[in-house]
Amino acid sequence: MIRRTGWVIATLLSHWRRHPLQLGCLIVGLWLATALWSGVQALNQQARDSYDRAAQLFGGQAGQVLVSTDGQAFHQSQYVTLRRLGWPVSPVLQGSLAVSLDGQAGSVESLQLLGIDPLTLPPDSTLTRGSATADVAAFIVAPGQTWMAGDTLTRLGARSGDVLMSAEGQRLPPALRRDELPPGVAVVDIGRAQQLLGLPGRVNQLLVTEQFAAEQPAVPDRLSLRWDRREEADLQRLTDSFHLNLTALALLAFLVGLFIVQAAAGLAMQQRRRLIQTLRACGASAGALLIALTVELVSLAIVAGLLGMLTGYLLAGALIGDLVASLKGLYGAEVSAQLNASWSWWLSGLAMSLAGTLMATGGHAVAALRQSLVPSRQPPGWMQAQGRMLRWLCWGSLALLALAACLWAVADGLVAGFALLGSILLAATLALPMLLAVLLGIGRGLARGPVSQWFWADGQQQLSRLSLALMALLLALAANIGVGGMTEGFRRTFTDWLDQRLAADVYVRPEGQQQAQEILDWLQARTDVDDVLPSWQVDSSVGSWPAGISGIIDHSLYPRTWPLLEAQADVWRRLQSGKGALVSEQLANRADLTLGDTLELDTPAGPWFLELVGVYPDYGNPRGQVLVAAREFRSRWPEVGVSSIGILADSDPAALAQAIEAQFDVRRVADQASLKTYSSQVFEQTFAATAALNSLTLGVAALALFSSLLGLADTRLVQLAPLWAMGLRPAQLGWLSLAQLLVLAALTCLLAVPLGLMLSWCLVAVVNVQAFGWRLPWHWFPGRWSQLVGLALLAVLLAASLPIARIARARPDNLLRQFVHEG
Amino acid sequence: MLEVRNVRKAYSGPQGRVQVLDGVDLDLAQNESLALMGESGSGKSTLLHLIAGLDQVDDGSIRLDDVHLSTLGEAGRARYRREDVAVVFQQFNLVPSLTVAENLALQARLADRLDSQWQAHLTTALGLDGLLDRFPEQLSGGQQQRVAVGRALALRPRLILADEPTGNLDEQTAEQVLDLLLERVAESGSALLMVTHSTTLADRLQRQLKLSRGRVVES
Repeated sequence: MIRRTGWVIATLLSHWRRHPLQLGCLIVGLWLATALWSGVQALNQQARDSYDRAAQLFGGQAGQVLVSTDGQAFHQSQYVTLRRLGWPVSPVLQGSLAVSLDGQAGSVESLQLLGIDPLTLPPDSTLTRGSATADVAAFIVAPGQTWMAGDTLTRLGARSGDVLMSAEGQRLPPALRRDELPPGVAVVDIGRAQQLLGLPGRVNQLLVTEQFAAEQPAVPDRLSLRWDRREEADLQRLTDSFHLNLTALALLAFLVGLFIVQAAAGLAMQQRRRLIQTLRACGASAGALLIALTVELVSLAIVAGLLGMLTGYLLAGALIGDLVASLKGLYGAEVSAQLNASWSWWLSGLAMSLAGTLMATGGHAVAALRQSLVPSRQPPGWMQAQGRMLRWLCWGSLALLALAACLWAVADGLVAGFALLGSILLAATLALPMLLAVLLGIGRGLARGPVSQWFWADGQQQLSRLSLALMALLLALAANIGVGGMTEGFRRTFTDWLDQRLAADVYVRPEGQQQAQEILDWLQARTDVDDVLPSWQVDSSVGSWPAGISGIIDHSLYPRTWPLLEAQADVWRRLQSGKGALVSEQLANRADLTLGDTLELDTPAGPWFLELVGVYPDYGNPRGQVLVAAREFRSRWPEVGVSSIGILADSDPAALAQAIEAQFDVRRVADQASLKTYSSQVFEQTFAATAALNSLTLGVAALALFSSLLGLADTRLVQLAPLWAMGLRPAQLGWLSLAQLLVLAALTCLLAVPLGLMLSWCLVAVVNVQAFGWRLPWHWFPGRWSQLVGLALLAVLLAASLPIARIARARPDNLLRQFVHEG
Repeated sequence: MLEVRNVRKAYSGPQGRVQVLDGVDLDLAQNESLALMGESGSGKSTLLHLIAGLDQVDDGSIRLDDVHLSTLGEAGRARYRREDVAVVFQQFNLVPSLTVAENLALQARLADRLDSQWQAHLTTALGLDGLLDRFPEQLSGGQQQRVAVGRALALRPRLILADEPTGNLDEQTAEQVLDLLLERVAESGSALLMVTHSTTLADRLQRQLKLSRGRVVES
């Protein structure tokens, strides 16, 4: 039995010996599909792993901590008071610290320094779980230890035992590798952290056990502390949409890759139908053939899958830099730039490759096994077969359209948004062959001469073979038009918005109330400063979403420059009266707020009721924001100091920013131009992966076309030989075939433009709103569409060149043989 | 050896259900050769496919020695096709991706019954010695059919079924192929059932049977 199955496998595999290019197309299709999918999954997994490490650092699912009411560092005496009251709190001091490797003039890296007290840490913290008593003693007792993850050490060029130096020249305790820590974080004893950060006796968070956090007892009145949610706990939720966007694009690329596999496998199986029939006539059982086909498909999936995984890893390596930068820029999320391919990633990639292979080829294999054993003398009529195929595709398309209509009507949420998008895309893709058949039919009706009549009629006949590749082209092109249009529209909107929003010339974020006052006094005394716009901010939440509440002063710059999406009449006067508030678009969407609604804000002085008088765009900010009058803000949060100062300069803003930096020990000061450059960089990095995936998807579609055309060239001579016999030269036949392809591709491109526009609209009006909470104006870019269509037609031309050259160079004996085989 | 009794078979077509075989009886003994004749659509090929185990009867029975085809399941029929019968098709049905040598050995290998000496003898007898490394597309029609005959004989089956094996060949090549087929069938001890339109070829076989509209009209 095994031997017999072995012969059946060998006979089936012998097909590839005669058709190596077909095998190549099949493997490349699967390879690319797996590469694009697994590359993006590697990026997502890397990010999720970093978020998990950050979220688990101090343990607890709730992620609740105690912070000061003004959001600043507070004196540790408040911690001592709570401990005396029996509260299981543990102090943490967190701050940014620039460090470099001791004795080396290497680059300085900025780290998140965490000062902890290991003796009082909650028991479910990552740090507690991995530490024995001896470890804790070594951590606390001089010289102490600096715990860091391996990827952080690598980034610094350091190893366990090395001593890092702060930019101010202070030595950190010797480094010790602790891989459970999140990337970019260094943990030291809280006493050392206070020295290193220049905040003696200060802490900025008090951790509690999960059980205690669940109870959330009221904070004693004499302490200026409040319950808050830890930022790390929100990272996963805030970045979910970012990763879902990437996953959706990767899935699209995977699907387009499968079209190649489907086309190549379909052709291979069609060419092997007679072989399978012969094998069965020679006594190979259906079971043996099923085993043989399964072995063949699984082997192909494993080989191509492994190649794809390796390429995906390299692709992820190329994109990780941009991803790390954009996640940090957008969400402040630290993600390790060192890729880590886990066994689950390998397994899921191979499973995807297997599933894709079975999806793309399983149908063909089953059809080949189920075919009649009785040899048919007449080939099946193409018209009947095509009619059947078109009917099935039409039904599929209608079913998907119905699903899209249902999703549009009832579904809510980001996944539903993507499902709607996917349904529309697939429905249009399935409808493509029918639409092309109708358009070719119109051409046929208008044709007069015999050659042009043949041209259109033969084009209809090619549809069965080419439709898969054309569908892949439609998908890739529509995705490029849609996603590209959305990105370009976003870029334009974002740039305009930045110009309006960053109206001040210099921005400073003072460190502490005292420094803020010093800076304000210093600015007042200068002649090169026209005006100063201080603002106050406190972190809070509206509903279940984190939100910042900002108090702004009454200044004519705001009504002049602050962009508004919708507002009541006299919005700025109502805001400054203390009765109205503005909210960011994403907060309005998520909290379902409309103009005139009443907003309830928790303040230390009790609830504050405000009328919603306007909504403004706040692109790129994952948190919601509420804008209120500074005067009212300060009366309700008297302990909160100035958090930001906008300066209208009368001279060179960059020079003023430098002067502030030189005068005060303040790290966060930037002039308008630098801020815009930084924001634009974050924007470009955010969409770098999207742009790369889009281009690769178009490339894969071109390959799908090449694969289909290659198969077509083999069987094309049979259809062209009668025309040659009637007096057309092979070169003419080649040109006619090329023209046919270009017409089909051009018609596909024509249909891709409206589909791409619909996709772009869905992204702007549905997915973006669900993902980020903001809706962008919808832009048209006809120039870009023409470029993409031109690129697609060029890709078709390139893909067609080899197969068409074969036809144009066909020798008479080749063409004659077609008649012999026909007989 | 072969006993066909009251076999009936109908197919559904665009014009409704067509009774292709309507109560056919047939007997064939060991070492005997029989030509099955009749006009197009008379049911010759259908009968051959039923005897080959490629299709199943609607009614009636087919028995080859102790093997009752109607009692066999899919696996049993596959075993019957693999070990008991060999079919030579008009379209040759060679595996295009296998060489001549591999095609010749295919069915014998599947039945685990490859006899290298017998295969070498057949190769020489069929005039295929210099063609063993070639692929089917590199052969003429006559050469391809000789390979198909060789594949069937290599198995030494009890019954060889040939469906118009010379239908695609010119007269001279057809004669040569038939000579080879008959000589080797006699040598291998198999029985031969051949479907043909040609009375000249049919005359070379021991017996003739004529079908018309699914019934035996002359034997």
